[in-house]
Amino acid sequence: MNDQTPTAVERAEKLQGLGSKRKRVEDARFTQGKGNYVDDIKLPGMLFGDFVRSPYGHARIKSIDKAAALAVPGVVAVLTAEDLKPLNLHYMPTLAGDVQAVLADEKVLFQGQEVAFVVAENRYVAADAVDLVEVDYEQLPAINDPFKAMDADAPVLREDIKDKMEGAHGPRKHVNHIFTWEVGDKDAAHKAISEAEVVAEEMISYQRVHPCPLETCGCVASMDKINGKLTIWGTFQAPHAVRTVASLITNIPEHNIRIISPDIGGGFGNKVGVYPGYICSAVASIVTGVPIKWIEDRIENLTSTAFARDYHMKGRISATSDGKITGLDCHVLADHGAFDACADPTKFPAGFFNICTGSYDIPAAHVTVDGVYTNKAPGGVAYRCSFRVTEASYFIERMVDVLARKLDMDPADLRLKNFIKKEQFPYTSVLGWEYDSGDYETALDKAMKTVDYTGLRAEQKANREAFDRGETRKLMGIGVAFFTEIVGAGPVKNCDILGLGMFDSCEIRIHPTGSAIARLGTISQGQGHATTFAQILASEIGIPADMITIEEGDTDTAPYGLGTYGSRSTPVAGAATAMAGRKIRAKAQMIAAYLLEVHEDDLEWDVDRFQVKGNPESHKTMAELAFASYNQAIPGLEPGLEAVSYYDPPNMTYPFGAYLCVLDIDVDTGVTDVRRFYALDDCGTRINPMIIEGQVHGGLTEALAIAMGQEIAYDEIGNVKGATLLDFYLPTAVETPAWETDYTVTPSPHHPIGAKGVGESPNVGGVSAFSNAVNDAFAHKGLTHTQMPHDHWRVWKTAEKLGLNG
Amino acid sequence: MSKMHVKMTVNGKPVEGLAEPRTLLIHFLREDLNLTGPHIGCDTSHCGACTVDLDGKSVKSCTVFVAQANGAEVTTIEGIANPDGTLHALQEAFREHHGLQCGFCTPGMITRAHRLLQENPNPTEAEIRMGISGNLCRCTGYQNIVKSITAAAEQLASMKEAAE
Amino acid sequence: MIPGAFDYHRPSTVAEAVTLLADAGEDGRVLAGGHSLIPMMKLRMATPETLIDLRHIDELRGIDENGGTITIGAMTTQAEMIASGLLADVCPILRETALQIADPQIRNLGTIGGNVANGDPGNDLPALMQALDAAYVIAGKSGSREVAARDFYEAAYFTALQDGEVLTAIRIATPPAGHGWAYEKQKRKIGDYATAAAAVLLTMSGGKCASASIALTNVGDTPLFAEAAGAALAGTDLGADAVNAAVAAAEAIAEPAEDGRGPVDFRIKVAGQMVRRGIARAASRAS
Repeated sequence: MNDQTPTAVERAEKLQGLGSKRKRVEDARFTQGKGNYVDDIKLPGMLFGDFVRSPYGHARIKSIDKAAALAVPGVVAVLTAEDLKPLNLHYMPTLAGDVQAVLADEKVLFQGQEVAFVVAENRYVAADAVDLVEVDYEQLPAINDPFKAMDADAPVLREDIKDKMEGAHGPRKHVNHIFTWEVGDKDAAHKAISEAEVVAEEMISYQRVHPCPLETCGCVASMDKINGKLTIWGTFQAPHAVRTVASLITNIPEHNIRIISPDIGGGFGNKVGVYPGYICSAVASIVTGVPIKWIEDRIENLTSTAFARDYHMKGRISATSDGKITGLDCHVLADHGAFDACADPTKFPAGFFNICTGSYDIPAAHVTVDGVYTNKAPGGVAYRCSFRVTEASYFIERMVDVLARKLDMDPADLRLKNFIKKEQFPYTSVLGWEYDSGDYETALDKAMKTVDYTGLRAEQKANREAFDRGETRKLMGIGVAFFTEIVGAGPVKNCDILGLGMFDSCEIRIHPTGSAIARLGTISQGQGHATTFAQILASEIGIPADMITIEEGDTDTAPYGLGTYGSRSTPVAGAATAMAGRKIRAKAQMIAAYLLEVHEDDLEWDVDRFQVKGNPESHKTMAELAFASYNQAIPGLEPGLEAVSYYDPPNMTYPFGAYLCVLDIDVDTGVTDVRRFYALDDCGTRINPMIIEGQVHGGLTEALAIAMGQEIAYDEIGNVKGATLLDFYLPTAVETPAWETDYTVTPSPHHPIGAKGVGESPNVGGVSAFSNAVNDAFAHKGLTHTQMPHDHWRVWKTAEKLGLNG
Repeated sequence: MSKMHVKMTVNGKPVEGLAEPRTLLIHFLREDLNLTGPHIGCDTSHCGACTVDLDGKSVKSCTVFVAQANGAEVTTIEGIANPDGTLHALQEAFREHHGLQCGFCTPGMITRAHRLLQENPNPTEAEIRMGISGNLCRCTGYQNIVKSITAAAEQLASMKEAAE
Repeated sequence: MIPGAFDYHRPSTVAEAVTLLADAGEDGRVLAGGHSLIPMMKLRMATPETLIDLRHIDELRGIDENGGTITIGAMTTQAEMIASGLLADVCPILRETALQIADPQIRNLGTIGGNVANGDPGNDLPALMQALDAAYVIAGKSGSREVAARDFYEAAYFTALQDGEVLTAIRIATPPAGHGWAYEKQKRKIGDYATAAAAVLLTMSGGKCASASIALTNVGDTPLFAEAAGAALAGTDLGADAVNAAVAAAEAIAEPAEDGRGPVDFRIKVAGQMVRRGIARAASRAS
């Protein structure tokens, strides 16, 4: 070597692999307005679809008159359930084992439900015609309160299944009941609670919210009648699953369906499901022979495609008088709306809610969940979280705080006392999950030191005294939250959707000149996969990330995968990427051995090359090996350098974190000001710190929105109260505080690179931190729990009930 | 419905077309002119994804009829890059400081920031936050957007200084 | 969300606009900044067949002060009000209030005339105009008339504006030098209408409040001129009793509807808080 020869460290830096704050490759086109989102697609002869929707929460359809609409020049067709029935497409299967009306069949069950699909030459004509479709309704009594859904005299909502009392997840107790799901040892949990020195009991509701990505859902369906191929571009977080569902619904062979997810303007769980708009567009394209575009407007998005939460969790938690938790019991009433269209793995109708023992070593626990139908939009998706994990995390983090008040203990101390200890990992929870790794105490300790927790509590004490003396009308709240997520669904042995195992995949081709393309079964919606997956691969195969193209979202080219949600991309597809990279490297090693005329075992991998052990001068770089694979006849080896990996994860991953929120509440107006928010995340190995930080900022902002204002509320007859962005709370840059981020690193022992996933953690932990802070502000006045969202009027009402106003 | 003859200057170039007066400016830009950078996010003038410059002022093009914009000068994200084709300092800064994720709000956000920096070349953080308060982002939490705009303002100031 | 079709006109004089409006009959509407009307049209809650765009009528723009009267052309945008050095000097509450309307993009098109004339009780400027005792100059086929802001609002979206009439200008008596002012608005976020808001103007003389004028936004079908609240302050030293009396008087006339911003009792109390804080801030600014 000479002194110009790059060192291993310099060569590694050039790769921009794991740990590099690599700039995103996606940004060049996005910053110039050159993204390619579904509404940007324009095809020759394309028509537009638009829905006639129900103005009522519950009504019988007496008649539909299309004549006036069909008379509008430019209107091509008006489809109703009657048109879909001969094709058996008026209902479609949901991902949760139920069926959902594609177009309302005799009845409408929620405001905004799809009743007819107008196809016209442009969106203006379509909208005009929608107004002219005359639907005669007979309004029926509606159910907006899940607690009344199973009343003896409750109206029957789902007449289509009223005689089918065996549901997808067991027997149904009532015509409006969907399932009961039970986990844990009921007797043990009840015994622990009945014998405990201290028991806290609380009803914790998590309101109905909506993922509300900035881009709404939509698609362009194009049936090519000549070759019989149906192509659908759309906002799909799981394109392969959509293809399989489309094939099952339409009977079009799967090879004749091509699903393409172009750029997606945020998903957050809203774009996992299959919606009537997709089916109607496909049918309309098949019927008309031209492409059909359907794009939701914002009201349609908020009122018809996949809401989240609406979980009502009644809990009991018990402890010894010195604060050792002994038992947990929870019953959830889950409002699924008019159809069960959750997107959970099949065997988990309440998702992974049984992660609700959280970060604590709880010896006895028991959970039951009852799902019910109401006259609300269907959904129940994982809004920036793994399946029902934010609900579970919110539940336990509120319950632990409630218990701390009862014990008169500091909530941080109670957590420290009950954490699963570092040496207990891998830890099997009493509700059945095997936590892979964690070091909770270190994380919370670091968080408390960084924010000077003791100092904050002292400041709060002084604030409370000043408040009582009448010197201030503001109360300070400190929210402590510690979360453990369960992400990366999941092992095929227990995770599937519609029978499709939740593995994921990566296929790599190395080109002769040493660059590469990798295709995955996932799809980015802003997470930066094109950047980070190239980084994983760069570290595995020694090709610079800039020389690796990442491609996702086209089912004709990408290997089969279950898509992107539930923080599964890094844990599952990221692992597949690393494993496929390792296959590439194994073959490259054989090529290197041939070229260097040594035994494979005499070679060692060094950043971007194989070198002869003890003689680094004798080496072959990956670029040289790539070229050799295309131009040398190597005995016993096929030409080319390609690999594919389908990765079935052995376990989920369990990211965790410690969040602290400090806020001030003006008791006279209910206005809350977040003064400080500190988020420590441990997502295992960190692939790209810049992107991790961005994900945390975004997730915290969504958590702020949920905790402080978001709600999809219905009135008694089933009207949605406020379905535009005037009322649905998305904070602007002014309401959003500055975020402080931090981290520890506890790698996952079973993931090939130790990564756990991070995109959803801040939502899971953030909501609890905000809510705990609001509750904490009033704790000394006797408050145990106040429901979200903590918007101005609810906070003011809390203050009023505590006698603090005037 | 009868169409009107519409003429305007978009990104410095004269354009014309036939459109119904009710055509929203955002649709005229996206569908008639194929300028698909500006997006529709909310339909009700709350999200700002459709932000463009109309006669030198930021507006939400989902709430402007094409008839109102007849004869106007319009600038979209496609017209922000420097005349020589290199990226504008804001475009560079958004990439450098991770000021975008899904990219859907980005064209409106950069177009708004572009105008903001002409109105106030040296804004404080509070002024930036207020200045982009008509633009919603669901991914970034705004922190890196604010950082990007601050960095671009500094870059533009130093370029101006160098030119003087 | 797609609006219905309409015929579009772009007059260059008020006379032309008035004629077009008369010709259009009851399905004609004037279009100012459009940020109230266009969303209503996109929801098909408004379906005018003729729109008369006032944005190119020069005589409807501009801000001046002459002989103790401020005149603001109806088509002056909120952004222009904010940028006006004259208003900042002689009547700064106009700027303070305009800054709390919607967001920067909307203020670039939204006009003072559109904000005061369409009768939306959520708009911020009507209450301010009542507090300032402004007069609206209205043009019609038969000439021009003036209506006091305090007499203009009849119910939500119903005003003294007759079919065929166009608001052309707003006239405000220049407040005396040294007056105190505050527009206090509580809202859920930028871009929202007020949960409740209060415009407070007062003058001080020898340590006493010489005069006070208070009006409320979005706690009734119309903006509410809180005459008794202002009267409760006049002649006092703005001590606790006087302020409490003014707050009670304002709360007594508030009749908000329950909506996403909160229930009735809460919004009444917020109105009271806005008045209380407005008085304090106005007093601190008075000399």
